[in-house]
Amino acid sequence: MIEITNLQKSYVTGNTSLHVLKGIDFSVKEGELVSIMGSSGSGKSTLLNILGMLDEADQGTYMLDNTPIKNLNEKIAAQYRNKFLGFIFQSFNLINYKTAVDNVALPLYYQKVGRKERDEKAMHYLEKVGLADWANHLPNQLSGGQKQRVAIARALASDPKVLLADEPTGALDTKTSYEVMELIQGINEEGRTILIVTHEPDIAEMTKRVVNLKDGRIIDDRLVNQIKASAHV
Amino acid sequence: MFNRDRWIEIIEALNANKLRTLLTAFGVFWGIFILVALLALTNGLRNGATANFANSATNSMFMWGQSTSVPYKGMNKGRRVQFKLADVEVLKEKMPSLKYVSPRQQLGGYQGANNVTRDEKTGAFQVNGDYPEYIYQQYMDIVKGRWLNYSDIQKEMKSAVIGTDVVKSLYDIGEEPIGTYIKLQGVNFKVVGVFENPNTQGDSEEEANTIFIPFTSFAKAFNTADNVQWMAITAHDDVSITDVKEQVLSIMREQRSVHPDDKRAIGNFDRAELFAKFTGLFDILSFVGYFVGALVLLSGGIGISNIMLIVVKERTNEIGVRRALGATPWAIKSQILQESIVLTLISGLAGIAFSAGLIWFMNYFLDNNGPVENFANPSVNIVVVVIALIILSIAGLLAGFIPASRATTMKPVDALRTE
Repeated sequence: MIEITNLQKSYVTGNTSLHVLKGIDFSVKEGELVSIMGSSGSGKSTLLNILGMLDEADQGTYMLDNTPIKNLNEKIAAQYRNKFLGFIFQSFNLINYKTAVDNVALPLYYQKVGRKERDEKAMHYLEKVGLADWANHLPNQLSGGQKQRVAIARALASDPKVLLADEPTGALDTKTSYEVMELIQGINEEGRTILIVTHEPDIAEMTKRVVNLKDGRIIDDRLVNQIKASAHV
Repeated sequence: MFNRDRWIEIIEALNANKLRTLLTAFGVFWGIFILVALLALTNGLRNGATANFANSATNSMFMWGQSTSVPYKGMNKGRRVQFKLADVEVLKEKMPSLKYVSPRQQLGGYQGANNVTRDEKTGAFQVNGDYPEYIYQQYMDIVKGRWLNYSDIQKEMKSAVIGTDVVKSLYDIGEEPIGTYIKLQGVNFKVVGVFENPNTQGDSEEEANTIFIPFTSFAKAFNTADNVQWMAITAHDDVSITDVKEQVLSIMREQRSVHPDDKRAIGNFDRAELFAKFTGLFDILSFVGYFVGALVLLSGGIGISNIMLIVVKERTNEIGVRRALGATPWAIKSQILQESIVLTLISGLAGIAFSAGLIWFMNYFLDNNGPVENFANPSVNIVVVVIALIILSIAGLLAGFIPASRATTMKPVDALRTE
């Protein structure tokens, strides 16, 4: 599903250049649930951003579902993001003046799906995350866990190939974190490929594979015995 | 481009900060309101002022004799120039482009000594000796009786047409003036008509204090022979009096043995030129109206642009999210442009509606409370309103343009990082 070779990225600020990714080789197969671990500054978020086409690599190749991701203009990048990827953010990033169902429907809006179909699909995914009763609430009327579940529903709405989650539990307490992870595990069980960036070992243990990053290189890539989040809830 | 979803998006975004949207909208509202109101007021002034010219033929000039300033043909300078009736015939013959050439005589007038009596009543009025065609040069309403005619001229009838104010001072209320006699400097004249100035504004008071008698009778009664004090000349509609003025003056110089270069010997007043100056003044006023209005509108447009920049900055994160979810740059840009245009157009339309209301109110007030001097029927051309709307849309588009491109030049990852 994801094939990257020799991925490099530096940030230039003034005269100093910061080499963040120093040649990453990495691949993810369909249906995997991968966590990317590392201390801050290890380059894990940068990697996820490049995978998400939100940022560009300086060097290296990137294949997503057998499509080379290279020299994209913003229009095509936007269309690829819409078609291939779903994003889950640490700070949820819901649009605060839109109701939960409208937030979930937003990717479909950009797919030019008709309003009725959009609302049906959005409601379907809200049900899936258990928030059908909250469909017409604004984000500020929801708890943190609920917000993240709306965000997950939104990420699923366009039926993407890969879910990219950047510290999805970073703003949540432990109990809520596990609830969210349970949801993510369930989605993975249905066969969806998911990448999670985290620095919490217990969250990483709930995935199937842990990739450790340090100073821009992969130092460790191992399969783990997945711990079911439901065991903790 | 503008489907229902778009409208919902736009309304949601504008609703997100109502007060700011309202204040921004007010800038454009005020701009278009000032523009339309200024133009309407200018038009009102123009209509009011040109109404003052409405009862006189504007393609006219007046001409009178003064003193020569250059010696000519053995005559000293300082000689008094006196027009004669024969000059009128010569002018009519040599200048077919002239429609009317009216010789005139006049005595008495405003603040003069009492010169008119009827029984015990007396008054000081201006007495004019005129030909019948003068009424085509200075329009009058004959409210009773008749105007002077050629029979009066030929038979040197002692007929008089008097103004309504003359009636008020010489007659009791309800008394019938037609057929009665009044004494003009001791000479009896029979009143045959009463006139009124159709325009009740400006100098109507003076007009109504006037008595008209046949030119020939004036000459006989007051011993002025074939002398002509001044002439009122009107050109045909297809000829400008200003263009033929010099020709008229040079014929008169030749007639009166005045040196061809003696500009001072014959005085003249060109009503067409004054009228042109007058309308020119209002053209300038209109221009100022457009200019000031457009500038106020411009500052409203800058206000919108400014606020859209802030909106875009505030929504950087939201724009980043939208782009992560698959919004193309054009989708983002067009939404910001549309927000800006919708905001501009709605507030502009409100401004137009409000100023239309003001214009309606002014007209309503004028209709009910009678005319106001030098102001009538304030209005704006619908074309002007359409132009203003087009300017507004362009302003809205330009106002949104910089913020829109600002919103999409940033990398999505940077936009997402902004809080």
